[in-house]
Amino acid sequence: MLRLPPFVYKPAESVDHAVALLNRHGGDCLPVAGGTDLYANMKQRLFTPKVVVGLSSIAPLRYIAYNELTGLTMGALATISQIAASDVVRRYYPALAQAAAAISTPQLRNMGTIGGNVCVDTRCNYYNQNLDWRQALGFCMKKDGEICRVAPSSPKCVAVNSSDTAPVLQAFGGMVHLAGPSGQRDVSVGDFYLADGINAWARRPDEIVTAISLPPPGPFARSAYRKLRLRHSFDFPILGVAAVLHLDEEGVCVAARIVLNAIASRPLEARAAAQRLVGSKLEPEALDAAAEAAYALGKPLDNTSGSIPYRKRMIRVFTRRTLADIAGQATAL
Amino acid sequence: MSVAPAKALRTFALNGEGVQCAFAPNKTLLEVLREDLGLTGTKHGCEMGHCGACCVLIDDRPVLACLVLAIEVNDRPIRTVEGLAKDGRLHPVQEAFAQCGAAQCGYCTPGFLMTAAAIVEQNNRLGEADIRAAIAGNLCRCTGYTKIIEAIALASDRMHEAQPGG
Amino acid sequence: MAERSERDLRTVSTATNPDGDARPLSKSMATHSILRSAPARPAGKPEGFSVVGAALPRVDAYAKVTGEERFADDIFLPQMLFGKMLRSVVPHARLKRVDCTRALALPGVVAVATGADLPVRYGILPSSPDETVMAIDRVRYVGDPIATVVADDELTAEEALSLIDVEYEPLPAVMSIEEALREDLPQIHDNARRTNNVQKEVHLVFGEVDAGFAEADRIFEDEFFFDGNTHAPIEQHAVVAHFGADGKLTFWCSTQTPHYLHRIAAQVLELPGSHVRVIAPPIGGGFGGKTEPFAHELAAGYLARKTGRPVKICLTREEVFYAHRGRHPVKFKVKTGVKSDGTITACHLQSWLDGGAYASYGVATTYYTGALTTVTYKIPAYKFDGCRVYTNKPPCGPKRGHGTTQPRYALECQLDKIADALGLDAVEYRKRIAVDPYTTTVNGLRITSCGLRECLDAAASATGYTVKKGKLPRGRGIGVAASSYLCGAGLPIYWNPMPQSGAIVKVDRGGGVTVFCGTSDVGQGSNHMLAAIVAETLGVDVMDVRVCAGDTDLTPVDLGSYSSRVTFMAGNAAREAAVNVRQRIVAAAAQKLGILPERCALAARRVYDIDHPDDQLTFIEAAQAAEAAFGTIVGVGSYAPPKLAADYKGSGVGPSPAYSYSACVAEVDIDLETGEVTVEKLTVAHDVGRAINPAAVEGQIEGSAYMGLGEALMEEWPFRAGEHKIPNLLDYKTPTSLETPPIHAIIIETDDKEGPFGAKESGQGPLNPVIPAIANAVADALNARVYSTPITAEKILKAMDAAAGGVLRLRKPAPVAVAPV
Repeated sequence: MLRLPPFVYKPAESVDHAVALLNRHGGDCLPVAGGTDLYANMKQRLFTPKVVVGLSSIAPLRYIAYNELTGLTMGALATISQIAASDVVRRYYPALAQAAAAISTPQLRNMGTIGGNVCVDTRCNYYNQNLDWRQALGFCMKKDGEICRVAPSSPKCVAVNSSDTAPVLQAFGGMVHLAGPSGQRDVSVGDFYLADGINAWARRPDEIVTAISLPPPGPFARSAYRKLRLRHSFDFPILGVAAVLHLDEEGVCVAARIVLNAIASRPLEARAAAQRLVGSKLEPEALDAAAEAAYALGKPLDNTSGSIPYRKRMIRVFTRRTLADIAGQATAL
Repeated sequence: MSVAPAKALRTFALNGEGVQCAFAPNKTLLEVLREDLGLTGTKHGCEMGHCGACCVLIDDRPVLACLVLAIEVNDRPIRTVEGLAKDGRLHPVQEAFAQCGAAQCGYCTPGFLMTAAAIVEQNNRLGEADIRAAIAGNLCRCTGYTKIIEAIALASDRMHEAQPGG
Repeated sequence: MAERSERDLRTVSTATNPDGDARPLSKSMATHSILRSAPARPAGKPEGFSVVGAALPRVDAYAKVTGEERFADDIFLPQMLFGKMLRSVVPHARLKRVDCTRALALPGVVAVATGADLPVRYGILPSSPDETVMAIDRVRYVGDPIATVVADDELTAEEALSLIDVEYEPLPAVMSIEEALREDLPQIHDNARRTNNVQKEVHLVFGEVDAGFAEADRIFEDEFFFDGNTHAPIEQHAVVAHFGADGKLTFWCSTQTPHYLHRIAAQVLELPGSHVRVIAPPIGGGFGGKTEPFAHELAAGYLARKTGRPVKICLTREEVFYAHRGRHPVKFKVKTGVKSDGTITACHLQSWLDGGAYASYGVATTYYTGALTTVTYKIPAYKFDGCRVYTNKPPCGPKRGHGTTQPRYALECQLDKIADALGLDAVEYRKRIAVDPYTTTVNGLRITSCGLRECLDAAASATGYTVKKGKLPRGRGIGVAASSYLCGAGLPIYWNPMPQSGAIVKVDRGGGVTVFCGTSDVGQGSNHMLAAIVAETLGVDVMDVRVCAGDTDLTPVDLGSYSSRVTFMAGNAAREAAVNVRQRIVAAAAQKLGILPERCALAARRVYDIDHPDDQLTFIEAAQAAEAAFGTIVGVGSYAPPKLAADYKGSGVGPSPAYSYSACVAEVDIDLETGEVTVEKLTVAHDVGRAINPAAVEGQIEGSAYMGLGEALMEEWPFRAGEHKIPNLLDYKTPTSLETPPIHAIIIETDDKEGPFGAKESGQGPLNPVIPAIANAVADALNARVYSTPITAEKILKAMDAAAGGVLRLRKPAPVAVAPV
């Protein structure tokens, strides 16, 4: 049986307590919420913290709140199941509900939290392996080694961001709320993710994510998310496409954000693709042009299931379909 | 273990009873159930969240015991396959699994039963699509899921007093 | 026949529920049906049987649904130690040094063993003993065991592994069939007679092959590649070994073959066979993956003896991928000559098997890639060349359909191409060339009952195959395929003149009946089968029968749960043992009732006069009368197949006392932009001879269909830099409930004359037609064909591009040079 390495478990009583614990134990300490990512990674000896700070005991972080003026706020401990089932999320942020419902399995959605999904470790099939396997192939720079096994000349780790919610949150212009020793700070989702598979988040080791918030969608926002994977359950995305479009009363696109994920260490905002939509009424030609622009942006590497050419080819198809989902919603209105 | 931290002493609300147990703080609920409490009905097939064999209910929600730290459960009620039958009567999902031949080797069965118990208890009569979605986190290599789906539908019908024949 | 088609219509009408209609689930799922070949009988229980033919809950169903069933890893013994194995991290190397000093010094570590402690070479086939428990001077794949540590707990044992110092001298790794055929790479197993890594070659010719091809109007030649895949039972292999104060070693082991572990443990651990006991508790899935002794089992036995404490080793999922013995990757060249009406005049099949690092059952697998070609369709002239090579990968072995699944895929795909080219209906064509019952094939295989045509008819009419084939919109397709399989190998894997299966039936004064048999229930339901056969014979309730199985001390030998032999062979042995008991009970009861024994019938726990059913004794009274008259009531039975092997070298692989037949129709919907395949429905008709428990037979058919689906679409065996790329259940894709379609199982009964109550196998055969049926459905949907498994979305897009004349051409498997004869 795969087992967790020995560690000391410290349940946090409050956000301040959690931050204090992280601060006190420094680099030997990791926070855990739902555990579905960290404990699995610890079993593979990707992490061997001496102290684990449990956040699940901080009850005040377990909420979903919506307000027309301030938008949606999700406490970091809101579970993926709760988000997928939330009426307000489904109504105002349907792409987020779709992304949440597409995560892993029913059981893991009951356990996993939005805070955890936002901070889910970057993945790579040279990295997410047991200790023996990694030793056999040669360790990589993300854990115990010197070079990147996927792209040996790369100065940076190229493990991919595999969060389903991250591209959606970014497309909605969301904010990540962090608490640390010097108080609270807010970082936009776009700035929260960094182009480095190892140091992939703006979260400092002694900070915790307390909440994620999304601005009010406005009356004419439309959103959709599509996920490429080989099975309809269990699998992480090997491509995710999130789109949030703002239309005017005539159905003309006035603003758009398209974010691709699971093809780089951070979600990639496809600005050129979004630009193709602005001013259009989402005619097929505009969607094709946007899909083509997204296709040009994505450069997947050989570190997930599915081959590079296939995932690359699917960027066009999935972008087109995600936009068509929105165009369909718009027509239906 | 040379570096083993001291054991934790906890009381679990397990299958409707308070059960006290001392265990190492790095143990998962799966390990504590099987090794410290002698409840070997909960199985394991990967210990990584990739198979669903260790599914148990916490707060009546299906979760994977292999990724739940036992020390984090606190006083939330836990249900395992050993607690499904009540007063000498099998739970409807157990009866239906036996009747329909939904257990072949039976190894994934406890995990499926716990998922099934939660969904039949918490929903009205379930359709095939609902059932397929609900069990998509449990792998079975024997049955092709066919008789498992049949059994869950039967249990759901019985619990919600469907007309025979559907 | 009229009656049968009526039933078919009913089946179809209940099966076709519109999509999205969630409610009629129970009905739509309940589309099973039993069809019997002539003489047709009404559906339901066969006349005169009370247990056989009844879809009863299995005798072990209640233990399985309550968590009471105790699998090997559920066994905890006092003072038990936990073992972990150190495994090679290089694919091919000489082992210069293994030093366990530091590991032994770790507190909590009790003992360590290395290859030097267990030098006896063994192999499941006596002809190819090329394994040792742990590596002695060479490691041959990433995952090859090197040392075993036992400690007070598993984490300590794991920590100790990191303290073992190993020095490797790496050798070039041989990672493909092509590389294995080269002469400039090192041999994985030294063989002075060769200069490459060929382990086994087979060359057989039957009939006038050259004349057959000369006589053909058309000759079809194709190449196919069937990728490897693995069993992935949800239960990870586990063993508990205990060496008693009496000097006897006991194993509780998740094994499909307790008898073979018994033999090889005695040999390798150098203990008398009388001092080794193997108990197979319920097994959490096998599919062929637990069919031979494994290193961790033998190491646990050794260390239990060395320490005097019980030892448990349960493999991790990654180690299960290394233990493997899974489906061989096989390359095929198939050449078939046909007359213009499709009649086959000759066939030449060539296979190259990637065997991995050890022989396992590989010699048999090699033969099986060719031996059963002739058992499905009439082939008057047949040539087979097979070649298995060693590579530096986990050893391949038998998986459900052992060696016959891969060629059946190749042959059925080619047969569809032939039908298309000649303008023949693929179902009618197959029926026309199907083998006939009670005939002998060109390679000397005796066919008895055969419901192949009935299977094809049933699957085709349940799906409307003929109406749909070639007429569905682009992207949607329907495909058919057929197959046959063994009911047990005609010969045991080690030569001996003894029975393949034995059973004992004992009757208690309280009316309880116990059947003792060496079978191992891997989930297929062999315990229920034994209970049902004995209950039927003695006229008791199936739950009155206790099954004591898989215990080499208590039960007579059965060779094990492999090659689909158990229902046929152990069933016949149990039947004979029960008849033996029945004779004494009838004799005693007849005397008490004052009638002739011929007039006694047994049913419903009664022994009664068939002419005056009120004249009766209870089963208990009759059993007691028999015990009073004859002493302790115990019956024994054995089964040995008739002599079936023809008179040529290699004729031992292929003969079986009976063959099962199957046909599958697959319906698919392909997303033409993404290449994703949705299998909408699988319909499998299977000739099981007789369904002893129809619910259990359906379960076998459904499970086979599911497993075939996984192999057809997603399961693969990729390597990177010498190691298995995806040794976990997240990246190794097995279908979930969302990829698995509704499966319609149709049981065909042909009442085999030699099977117990007419029964044949159902555990493996129904898998074989599923993969080519899906492949043929994909070809129908696309007007383009993928020539390798798994049929991934990416390959589909490439095949479509190629068919459209695009630049992306589907890369067929590279041609392989035929190995020197």
